[in-house]
Amino acid sequence: MQAGRLKAAVALAAAAALAVGASGCAKSERDDAGGGAKTGGTFVFAGAGDPKNFDPIFNDDGESFRPIRQMYDTLIQNKPGTADLQGALAESWEHDADGKVWTFKLRKGVKFHDGTPFNAAAVCFNFDRWFNMKGAAAQSQMIYYSDVFGGFAKNEAEGVGQPVYNKCEAKDDGTAVVTMNQYKGAFPGAFALTALSIASPEALKKYDADAVKQNGDSFEYSAFANEHPVGTGPFSFGGWDKAKGEITLNRNPDYWGDKAKVDKLVIKVIKDENTRKQELRAGTVQGIDFPAPADRKALSGEGFQVLDRPAFNILYLGFNQKNPKLKDLRVRQAIAYALNRQQLVQTKGPGGTKVADEFMPDTVLGYASDVQKYDYNPEKAKQLLKDAGVQNLTLNFYYPTDVSRPYMPNPQEIFTVLANDLQAVGIKVNGVARPWNGGYKDDVQQFGKQDLHILGWTGDYNDPGNFVGTFFGRGKVEFGDQAMTEMFDAITKADGTVDEAGKKAAWEQVNRDIAAKWLPAVPIWHAPPAIVVTKDVKGLVASPLTDERFNTVSVG
Amino acid sequence: MLRVIVRRLLQLAVTLIALSALIFIWLRNLPGGPIEALLGERATPERRALLTKALGYDQPILVQYGKFMQRVLTGDFGNSIRTGDPVAEVIGRAFPATIELALVAMIIAVGLGVPLGYLAARHRGRLLDNLSIAGTLLGISIPIFFLGYLLKDVFTQNIHWFPPSGRLSTGVDNTEVTGFFVLDGLLTREFDATADALWHLILPAFTLATIPLAVIVRITRASVLDVLNEDYVRTAEAKGLRHRVIRGRHILRNALLPVVTTIGLQTGALLSGAVLTEKVYNWGGLGTLITDSISGGRDYPVLQALILLAALVFVVVNLLVDLSYAFIDPRVRVR
Repeated sequence: MQAGRLKAAVALAAAAALAVGASGCAKSERDDAGGGAKTGGTFVFAGAGDPKNFDPIFNDDGESFRPIRQMYDTLIQNKPGTADLQGALAESWEHDADGKVWTFKLRKGVKFHDGTPFNAAAVCFNFDRWFNMKGAAAQSQMIYYSDVFGGFAKNEAEGVGQPVYNKCEAKDDGTAVVTMNQYKGAFPGAFALTALSIASPEALKKYDADAVKQNGDSFEYSAFANEHPVGTGPFSFGGWDKAKGEITLNRNPDYWGDKAKVDKLVIKVIKDENTRKQELRAGTVQGIDFPAPADRKALSGEGFQVLDRPAFNILYLGFNQKNPKLKDLRVRQAIAYALNRQQLVQTKGPGGTKVADEFMPDTVLGYASDVQKYDYNPEKAKQLLKDAGVQNLTLNFYYPTDVSRPYMPNPQEIFTVLANDLQAVGIKVNGVARPWNGGYKDDVQQFGKQDLHILGWTGDYNDPGNFVGTFFGRGKVEFGDQAMTEMFDAITKADGTVDEAGKKAAWEQVNRDIAAKWLPAVPIWHAPPAIVVTKDVKGLVASPLTDERFNTVSVG
Repeated sequence: MLRVIVRRLLQLAVTLIALSALIFIWLRNLPGGPIEALLGERATPERRALLTKALGYDQPILVQYGKFMQRVLTGDFGNSIRTGDPVAEVIGRAFPATIELALVAMIIAVGLGVPLGYLAARHRGRLLDNLSIAGTLLGISIPIFFLGYLLKDVFTQNIHWFPPSGRLSTGVDNTEVTGFFVLDGLLTREFDATADALWHLILPAFTLATIPLAVIVRITRASVLDVLNEDYVRTAEAKGLRHRVIRGRHILRNALLPVVTTIGLQTGALLSGAVLTEKVYNWGGLGTLITDSISGGRDYPVLQALILLAALVFVVVNLLVDLSYAFIDPRVRVR
């Protein structure tokens, strides 16, 4: 008996030795294979998180949109490298004088990956599907749809708004006519939203795409969303290995546009920023997203291509007017003058960052070149505070931790610099740090606990309403539910102006008034997020909307 | 013996129920929550209300807990908020990854630790002993995070011996049977995948093994030193027994008891160490799942199930350790 146990112990030790030995073997075998490990027809890109699923309409995040963009097309697309529009599945589009009836002339001869034809009926099928979506689970997840189209055929909750969509008619195979109940400034830009990609009606039906089931406190998506996404894009779905964290997409040989140069596109999920960089250096991936600002120089020094996306975002310092002292415009202006934003841009901004004077980039329609500017002027700040009769002002300044956003790669550092500027003009700052998902957004956007906070936004499409309207179009807890009705009305009016010239003028005036009269927040900067690829990657066009399509990419 | 096991299992059930209530209430009282994470920057009050209602967060916490328990009792832990997959599936995917990693780490720790500790004791005061003491001190005090990045920097960035992260190279085909990639490769005769999986395992397993390895060396050394001074060893030596017999039957056997206890305790440490190691090596296991579920938006269903699972594993491992006492030391059995 005892000898038996001893043998067991020996066996265990032997097994351990074997395992170590076997590992050694494995290594040397790999070395031999290492020479051939370089990808020929495969482009491997490291994503920073798991996608949610591949049904465009239920998604709103970049990690899901990256693979979705390769598999699907929208009616209208953003021109590569810009936020301007160009035809995609629709070759052209026009609207009537009221901006309510939109006619799309569709591209001919396009096929979905499952071989079914793309036509006007397919377009209408998608629009009707979105509009008629039932179930709280499904509706609450259609974030972009609700943003753009307001309500549904049957709303699952009160207060989600009147439906903007009315109907879609297929006049003939190549003409789809979409009728709206009202004009919205979001159109036509919103037709380019990845969430509004056109999917194969056959596949949607076959794989039960609308069945979003709720189970306890979460949602389960359909086989379409997880295993059988079918669009018209340059790549078709190959597989999603969740254990390996890899999404494989295959070249679509029948693509209507520029056919993909690589045979395979692999998106590898690597959550740790440092590890993404190491994989890039080890040559196991050929591209990574959002490098830390501090790494950019080193990476380009090592021969990697650091491609700056044109900045299509805004970082701002928000005022909570629940604090009566901040209700006084002079105090808000004093704070604006106190901030040395130029220096912040130079010391903490990623390369190419620009001081912001408005709450949208200058490429967006309605940007006014003559708004009141708040150049760094601490003396003026002190004077304004004095004029307002404010002494010993103490403000709670909230900032997030555990987060890096394209417009705010380093929140804590940004806070520190801004807080110092404020203290220099005699404003006492109480810094309050909160984890991004662990209370920051709750405290700021739901409870409004802060006096000051930093937050921002990356635009979804080229429209001032998507920037200025989102922030200041109505009272928000974030800004103290201010009753700035004059501002709300002006924004609503600008957003509802159909005629292009009138729209431009209306938004320009809104931007001028925001800077001079209302100042609900201070715009800080526009920061270009980067994308990094290896030397041998060619043809990647960085997009301000992170709307990169990898069909133009070749490796080696 | 049977009675002990039954009693321990009953204790386990009570522990788990109490723990489930605690976790449920605690999670829901943390700042932040899935609503914010799901809605992101595009949250409007209306949409927040819709989602709150849809998820049932507007109901009293006891009602929520009741519904949760109702489902749990039918074996349904719900779906992950982040991914939408059933919790069992999410954990089922991560579990083999962590176990595979922990197992290889334990094999390294025990396989190297016991012989090293024994040798150190037998060469007490000499170079080997001093080296091992210095080495274990370093092993215990070096933070896993730091060691992980250091090893990666040396072995993947400077000399390209190992891959920086992941469990399998891109392009290596594997058929998943059990989720243990090394085993799967053997089962499906995809030896390339086995080799690749082992190649990926070495750095993270070694990183994870450092602390238990150091602890096991120290405990073995101390324990062997104790035993060496025992009368029965001296008697055995005086009797002129063969060295192999003395080492195996008299020294190691008796010295192993505290070592086994340590291995049991270190299993718990391994699982918590896995959180850091997995982060450094992008290892899609339970450790990654825990951090993702907390920072990535308070994935309540996954967190609840994970904490319960961790408690279960902890209790079961301790039960096994107790049982193995009886196996190694007959005196325990008598009692």
